[in-house]
Amino acid sequence: MFFATNFPVAKFQPPVSNWTNYKFTGRDNVSTVKLTVNGKAVSVDVEDRTLLVHLLRENLNLTGTHVGCDTSQCGACVVHVDGRAVKSCTMLAGQAAGSSVTTIEGISKGDELHPMQAAFRDNHGLQCGYCTPGMIMSSIDIVQRHGGKLDEATVRQELEGNICRCTGYHNIVKAVLDAAGRMKVSQAAE
Amino acid sequence: MGVEGIGASVVRKEDRRFITGKGKYVDDIKLVGMTYAHFVRTPHAHAKVKSIDPSAALKMPGVIAVLNGQQLVDDKVGNLICGWAITSKDGTPMKMGAWPAMAPETVRFVGQAVAVVIAETKNQARDAAEAVAVSYEELPAASDVKAAIKPGAPQLHPEAPGNIIYDWHIGDEAATKDAFSKAANVVTLELTNNRLAPNAMEPRAAIADYDTAEEHFTLYTTSQNPHVARLVLSAFYNIAPEHKLRVIAPDVGGGFGSKIYIYPEEMVCLWASKKVGRPIKWTGDRTEAFLTDAHGRDHVSKAEMAFDKDNKILGLRVKTHANFGAYMSLFSSAVPTYLYATLLSGQYVIPAIYAEVIAVYTNTTPVDAYRGAGRPEASYLLERMMETAARQLKVDPAELRKKNFIDQFPYQTPVIMAYDTGNFHASIDAAMKAIDYAGFAGRKAKAKSEGKLRGIGLSCYIEACGIAPSKAVGSLGAGVGLWESAEIRVNPVGTIEVLTGTHSHGQGHETAFAQLISERLGVPISQVSIVHGDTDKVQFGMGTYGSRSIAVGGTAIVKAMEKVESKAKKIAAHLLEASEGDIVIENGEFKVTGTDKSLALPMVALAAYTAHNLPDGMEPGLKETAFYDPTNFTFPAGAYICELEVDPTTGKTSFVNFVAADDFGRLINPMIVEGQVHGGLAQGIGQALLEGVVYDGSGQLVTASFMDYSMPRADDLPSFKLSHTTTLCPGNPLGVKGCGEAGAIGASAAVINAITDAIGNNKLEMPATPDRVWHAIHA
Repeated sequence: MFFATNFPVAKFQPPVSNWTNYKFTGRDNVSTVKLTVNGKAVSVDVEDRTLLVHLLRENLNLTGTHVGCDTSQCGACVVHVDGRAVKSCTMLAGQAAGSSVTTIEGISKGDELHPMQAAFRDNHGLQCGYCTPGMIMSSIDIVQRHGGKLDEATVRQELEGNICRCTGYHNIVKAVLDAAGRMKVSQAAE
Repeated sequence: MGVEGIGASVVRKEDRRFITGKGKYVDDIKLVGMTYAHFVRTPHAHAKVKSIDPSAALKMPGVIAVLNGQQLVDDKVGNLICGWAITSKDGTPMKMGAWPAMAPETVRFVGQAVAVVIAETKNQARDAAEAVAVSYEELPAASDVKAAIKPGAPQLHPEAPGNIIYDWHIGDEAATKDAFSKAANVVTLELTNNRLAPNAMEPRAAIADYDTAEEHFTLYTTSQNPHVARLVLSAFYNIAPEHKLRVIAPDVGGGFGSKIYIYPEEMVCLWASKKVGRPIKWTGDRTEAFLTDAHGRDHVSKAEMAFDKDNKILGLRVKTHANFGAYMSLFSSAVPTYLYATLLSGQYVIPAIYAEVIAVYTNTTPVDAYRGAGRPEASYLLERMMETAARQLKVDPAELRKKNFIDQFPYQTPVIMAYDTGNFHASIDAAMKAIDYAGFAGRKAKAKSEGKLRGIGLSCYIEACGIAPSKAVGSLGAGVGLWESAEIRVNPVGTIEVLTGTHSHGQGHETAFAQLISERLGVPISQVSIVHGDTDKVQFGMGTYGSRSIAVGGTAIVKAMEKVESKAKKIAAHLLEASEGDIVIENGEFKVTGTDKSLALPMVALAAYTAHNLPDGMEPGLKETAFYDPTNFTFPAGAYICELEVDPTTGKTSFVNFVAADDFGRLINPMIVEGQVHGGLAQGIGQALLEGVVYDGSGQLVTASFMDYSMPRADDLPSFKLSHTTTLCPGNPLGVKGCGEAGAIGASAAVINAITDAIGNNKLEMPATPDRVWHAIHA
């Protein structure tokens, strides 16, 4: 079973459903895309071919989300769309219309880091930092889907879609397992 | 040690910006009025450029200019250079062909730029680049060494007949021949060291900004060494004099060597920004990275080792063909010579060594230093040789190594290097204990009963880091000195800025270097800022590569610290009316020994800047600079052991255990050091099992994306068991050796030795994919 039952997968609307509200009229056509990013409603005029990652980086200046490969392999661009990890280089901005998007800039509460961010720092789960935002966003999703029931093999398998060239994954795996515990504790506290 | 001093695994200061998405990489920067560049690249590996017609592109929306290589020539922009001169064995200099930043006449590898489009948006530039009509006359191509050196092969450069750049040698040919004539046993080995793509996760990028009023350029670039970039752009490429060119390398997303070099794209963006009068940004995509970032490795070698009847090594003979690609990249010539053949003695007493290295042009992407740079190739060759010899001589591979270890230091090898210190027995013993080497036979038998083939493989590497004594490298052909500099500014309030010429792109300098200050002054690292990556801020420096930053850059910081301390003590002694010799520094306080009199660092610093009451004749201020030139290389060494299982029905390899015992001298931040080892091991294992750049016979790059080139992913790798043994480096005051490349140098041989042990067939090349392993099992 790939998804834990407590994951809100049933509530997740596949991005494709938004296509019905969205008209493609050509490469250079500019359309207005309305969506929520990190809790704020935004309305952005973009070329129809614009990818979600470019809307975030170029139009909203949310440069924490990175582009590493252009072929949906490396996961440096992972964000959450309606609560689920998505490679934002694989989604047209228009497909995110009406969705709620969370980026790396939107997961801490003021100065208080998300437990996954803190676990990456405390376990030295990053070096150059380039893959890190995508790693953190994927890892949060992994922990949520598995409801904290994680072991090393599962974490390694789940991280298959995120490439890191610096760490050899050793400390990333440690960080995710550590954060799984911390997230449980912080959930219990809420 | 203080809580944040030398030896403390403190978490990294730089992490907060990276984990919150606030890192500032080149592509994150926007300038007012910025335009975008997209390069037009050849789809042919070897061709004449007949014509370039920009007319259709120029009519497209947003297009500002289409520029080509002839215009670079007309504006006298220099060709790219190789900065290390190598002399062939016949005394002739290396034969370097011209490498223009955009090809005006001939293209020699797929992806070489012929023109650039500048437009208002990234998409407009890309669309217009597709509309630039380039007409080529295709020429036959040589896509590997074998094809390039055979009679009648296509010629790449008129300067290099037969595509040979140099035919170099090292060691004593006669003595080696003599050693082989006395041998009881000779072991031979032929192997290929596979070509790799460095693949830092951040693709290369550049923003060039020309200020017409000041006639001044600013370049933001993904560089490991911004001062070297400025020097080369200024002195050789004729972009601008150094004082009119500022190079900024902000946060850089990994380098691994590939961001040492000054590439055509930076040059073209700078030149074009003056032409169009606007800032220009270029950001490479992953396929451009595969096509244009300097590749690594790519050696084909034959080696023979002579043993006496007691299994002592008598001599080693090596002949290596090194594939350089289509042009000589910045430090390419040094990699298969002074960074490779000089390490062929490994950890062993080898009385006679002779190595020949033939450097060859091919119609492929240029090859240069990639993590380890020559040393992984030497280590792989030697450690596969030791394993092969052990099997042929029917002795335990660990015992054969131990029998031949160097155990007296200093030790002069027959190939230039003088090892200062080490304890090779300590590392192999630590690794063997960690993996329970003695119990392996039992585990192998058990695995066999379960239908699995289990193998164990060792690799005992040594490397030369801390690059490098300037006089020594100068005598060997280097175009630059390889010292490092540091400036320490104690501010009037007692906070401290350290300016270093090294560059951090993942190595954690902002933390580790601050720990050096904390150790000496007892101040918390939060009071210390490390400044790097900007030629306008930092005096000068040679950058970060070759595991040099702590050994060379860290020592420069220590030297500057000594000067700061000396002046601060004089001020404190004056203010406390004590003798200078009685002042000690403890926890940020200047104390008079044996009394309760003391002054906190901020008070001393403030006194230095108010200058109301300084010793007679003393200059105000508290800021010191040091340039440090190392006296020798440093020699990190260690032992890696890999235990794995092969499924004979699929050829798939699964790790059981991977242990590493390294000697890096003193560790400043063990957490960071271990992180460096993890990453190096992953790249070494990646080379052994997964990675390989593939060209087809026509010179087309087959592996040009992450869908085709197998990068190590989390489920390809094990967790690692690390340990450290310590011999302090006597060559620098910190006793440090450098740790950035060790994993990549030592790991691949351990993996391949384990697989060949498991399958009982020594004929296996990297990457050892399941397909190759299956065929080796069933050969």
